[in-house]
Amino acid sequence: MTEWAASVVVVGAGPAGIAAAIRAEGAGRSVILIDQAQRPGGQIWRHRDRAALPRQARSWLQRLDRSSVRLLTGASVVDAEPSSRLRVDLGGRPLGVRWNDALVLATGSHERFVPFPGWTLPGVVGVGGAQALLKSGMDVAGMEVVLAGSGPLLLPVAATLSRAGANLTLVAEQAPLGRVIRFGAALWRSPSRWLDAARYRAGFLRTPYRTGTWVLRAEGEDRVREVTLTDGDGERTLPCDLLCTGFGLTPASELARLLGCATDGWRVKVDGVQATSEDGVYCAGEACGIAGAEIAILEGEIAGLAAAGDRAGAERLGRRRPPHDRFVAGLAQAFRLREELSALPAGTTLVCRCEDVPLERLRDFGSTREAKLHTRAGMGPCQGRICQPALQHFFGWGIDSVRPPLFPTSLSVLAAPEEDESPPPPTSIT
Amino acid sequence: MSVESEVGLTVDGETVSSAADITVAAALLNLGKWRFRRSVSGSPRTPLCGMGTCHECLVTVDGDRHRRACMIPVRAGMRIETDD
Ligand SMILES: Cc1cc2nc3c(=O)[nH]c(=O)nc-3n(C[C@H](O)[C@H](O)[C@H](O)COP(=O)(O)OP(=O)(O)OC[C@H]3O[C@@H](n4cnc5c(N)ncnc54)[C@H](O)[C@@H]3O)c2cc1C
Ligand code: FES
Repeated sequence: MTEWAASVVVVGAGPAGIAAAIRAEGAGRSVILIDQAQRPGGQIWRHRDRAALPRQARSWLQRLDRSSVRLLTGASVVDAEPSSRLRVDLGGRPLGVRWNDALVLATGSHERFVPFPGWTLPGVVGVGGAQALLKSGMDVAGMEVVLAGSGPLLLPVAATLSRAGANLTLVAEQAPLGRVIRFGAALWRSPSRWLDAARYRAGFLRTPYRTGTWVLRAEGEDRVREVTLTDGDGERTLPCDLLCTGFGLTPASELARLLGCATDGWRVKVDGVQATSEDGVYCAGEACGIAGAEIAILEGEIAGLAAAGDRAGAERLGRRRPPHDRFVAGLAQAFRLREELSALPAGTTLVCRCEDVPLERLRDFGSTREAKLHTRAGMGPCQGRICQPALQHFFGWGIDSVRPPLFPTSLSVLAAPEEDESPPPPTSIT
Repeated sequence: MSVESEVGLTVDGETVSSAADITVAAALLNLGKWRFRRSVSGSPRTPLCGMGTCHECLVTVDGDRHRRACMIPVRAGMRIETDD
């Protein structure tokens, strides 16, 4: 297997990973930055046309262009070996990537889904999922669209849908008005977040934003045609071609867990300089808590400096970090799922979409592991990333251990022998 | 940025044209494909996460089965089969 090596290796080229790579390189280290997407940017800076991105994003991407950071895109990390090496699937071919001094995990987050009758119908897509597809070129002009879920992400996605010409008829937030208002009021302390929210809301003024409203079911023959929602009293059915539904984000900690890093729920535990419990392994951005892009950038910078051995610099930056644990907790509290959502799925509603396992087959088990062994729930290609948070929500089950490969990959990648050929690496692959 | 604004593709045997510089997932949705793959019990599925996590968007690309349509950009002459 071909092997690349650098002093610092960063996984994830979102805001956190880009900031980490640039800071580590600025401190004089050789850096490799890996992402499975085709372009750097992660979720929030996903783009086709860089000119359309906000200034801050363009500026970070420019710094990345001008740096000596070796960027590896279209590259999925599928395994991590204890010998300081990652196994990477690069377009179906194996590649080893070794870190000599430090590894920074900036793997971001996944969307959290709550199964309800009809959620597997074609045309039912995530909220972040819709955003990602829109940014990748999906055309929604003239489509009837309903957004139903939870969390601040509903706002920018509603604005994007409107701007793209969708007929967005309703934005339904499951959290009650009181909680959303308290969360909004707390945002006065960080005016930039409040301004963002106001700007996004202005982007879909013709569509009502209803709090305390949640989806009950989606219906249609071969694809979604209508959605029924409730505010706890009445029910309301709306026609739709696209139903966007998602209930917040979960830290993407699979790779960290595979490496043995300690976690708190889904969050990777880090100290003041973003160091995890494992020697030489750092974590930054949403993998260590859902707090938005600003915090992800700052954490990335801190992790990059620390990974490059500049502990003092990392600590100095660390002092600039707002007490974001409060924000993370406030966000989780404000948008926590209402109890009614646990009662949404019928017995026949699929919870595991990879193996088509319905709720009624899962009820009798006591843990994720047990259910997995008996029903294959969580054993499909998504590796439980979609169903585990739902099982946790429905049954209070814990998080199962992670096993490689992190993504389905070819036998040639899995079986490639370890010995080093190490040809001189090209300066960048894009 | 790409010079061409449109590319030709073959989707389920039909020659079609698609905006260049978009993903296979976006291209298929724009063509009105409401079935990317069939689940183990036979129901049609389309992209859910848009970011490579859920594997609901698997299609065959140039003969390679089980590729995530949301992660691959379209290319001129690409052959795509749905119902993976
Ligand atoms: C689908 C989705 C859409 C979102 N859209 C918005 C939005 O429009 N506006 C907004 O304010 N916030 C949005 N968010 C929230 C957003 O994620 C954060 O604010 C911000 O992008 C977090 O930055 P990050 O660097 O921590 O992670 P991310 O930006 O998520 O970057 C993580 C990167 O790691 C890569 N990665 C992960 N695991 C591997 C692996 N094993 N191998 C290779 N690469 C890997 C991913 O491909 C990804 O590019 C979205 C979140 C999601 C899940
Ligand atoms: S849409 Fe989820 S992996 Fe492609």
